[in-house]
Amino acid sequence: MAETTARERVFDIHHLEKKFGENTVLRDINFTADKGEVVCIIGASGSGKSTLLRCINLLTEPTSGEILYHGRNIQDGSVPLSKYRAKVGMVFQQFNLFNNMTVLQNCVIGQMKVLKKNRADAEKSAKDFLERVGMLQYQEAKPKQLSGGQKQRVAIARALAMEPEVLLFDEPTSALDPEMVGEVLRVMRGLATTGLTMLVVTHEMAFARDVSHRVCFMENGVIAEDDTPEVIFTNPKNERTRAFLSRVLGN
Amino acid sequence: MTFWDWVVRLLQEYWPTFLWGAGTTLLMAVVGTIIGFLIGLLVAIVRTIPVSKSDPLLKRGVLKVLRGIFMVYIEVFRSTPMMVQAMVIYYGVFASLSSDYVLWVGMFVISINTGAYMSEIVRGGVISIDPGQTEGAQSIGMTHWQTMVHVVLPQAIRNILPSVGNEFVVNIKDSSVLSVITVSEVFFAMRMAAGAYVRFFEASVIACVIYFVMTFTVTRILRYIERRMDGPENYVIHGSQTVPAAELTVRQDLEGGEK
Ligand SMILES: Nc1ncnc2c1ncn2[C@@H]1O[C@H](COP(=O)(O)OP(=O)(O)OP(=O)(O)O)[C@@H](O)[C@H]1O
Ligand SMILES: [Mg+2]
Repeated sequence: MAETTARERVFDIHHLEKKFGENTVLRDINFTADKGEVVCIIGASGSGKSTLLRCINLLTEPTSGEILYHGRNIQDGSVPLSKYRAKVGMVFQQFNLFNNMTVLQNCVIGQMKVLKKNRADAEKSAKDFLERVGMLQYQEAKPKQLSGGQKQRVAIARALAMEPEVLLFDEPTSALDPEMVGEVLRVMRGLATTGLTMLVVTHEMAFARDVSHRVCFMENGVIAEDDTPEVIFTNPKNERTRAFLSRVLGN
Repeated sequence: MTFWDWVVRLLQEYWPTFLWGAGTTLLMAVVGTIIGFLIGLLVAIVRTIPVSKSDPLLKRGVLKVLRGIFMVYIEVFRSTPMMVQAMVIYYGVFASLSSDYVLWVGMFVISINTGAYMSEIVRGGVISIDPGQTEGAQSIGMTHWQTMVHVVLPQAIRNILPSVGNEFVVNIKDSSVLSVITVSEVFFAMRMAAGAYVRFFEASVIACVIYFVMTFTVTRILRYIERRMDGPENYVIHGSQTVPAAELTVRQDLEGGEK
């Protein structure tokens, strides 16, 4: 897709490698993301998609290579980890809400402890975001009282409440019953138009095709193909991309 | 004189000693459990600090040393009887103090002894909390300390409350060994009363009853706290669209009962 405006580079990843013991899970990943871009990452199970996302926000420590965030290496100490993670949020497959807190508290705690906002401001913005994901009326509920789709929407609100620049989604709908997938994807489609930079690992091919600016196909720890959704879904250059898509799309 | 006569006689003459003993026992159990619990929390927090290769050498070194110290501490205090610990600490470290301080030494011994057990109990509680929640906290930038204090420990503490209560009950009973350094708790009082008339059976029955009343009461109180901590099972939906002005209470039937 020809972009007319020069975009600001958010991530620049060079030669990223991750080994778990002897097992090399990521090998020589090179990847960029620009401000406002929605990038979907697809690929077979075990290809390293989650590991890539977890390296990006340092939940997992890369073995080698560098991750530049606005040109600064996130591992050399120049970016405080806590500030960095507030800017680069994550939504997990298993939601990972705080079970000891209500929905509202889940969205407030980070703003107060990390962003040092006072309670009134934090609650006000938490409520704004809960409203955006359609969960405001459940603000007093505890996570275990919610359905999967509701939990995931709260998790998205919690991440948004930190007012991040980037959100990483790791298969946000994979743990959901089919009838709840739609409500979460709807929220994510809404977000994609707000200028938020999104890196989305997903098996929802329709979402990848319709919403993303770019699609990366991962295989065996490398990004085998990185192109616009039009090219990936209609005319992939890589034979394995083609094979993977025909397998998951079933034709 | 019958059994009951002796019991009444001993109580009449020694009730202040027994009462004082009961107070001392309770004080040592409370202090020992609370301080031991705090030690356990601290040790658990430090032991779970994540280290990465990019951390400065000093931090990694200090943590390594601390963890080594904690491990030795836990192993030593769990592998030796508290009675012996009390004697070593009292005669080895505090013997030069006047005997006014035995109560303090007793509280010190019972606290660090309990701390060793609590460290393991808290660690078990922390491990029982799904690491996903820790990652959720990290992903919004919370520090290790914040994550532990606001997310992990509140849940871990709820889960280990029965074990903590158990430690409390054990402390009420095991503080009796501190009579070896002449702390005047219930067992010490019992021996005084028994010795006066050589009525060991009656005196020990009195001590039994005192211990039972104390442990039973404490157990009930802890149960009550556990129930309180579980909180309400219901929540209120504000301004539901289907029931406009409504405050609709939704019962949560799926996961009723205890965890
Ligand atoms: N903590 C770990 N220790 C060892 N191996 C790991 C660890 N995490 C992941 N792996 C391995 O790394 C490989 C890639 O895992 P990853 O979770 O990144 O795959 P994925 O592409 O996200 O797969 P899925 O679609 O199933 O989520 C797998 O073979 C997995 O077994
Ligand atoms: Mg995965």
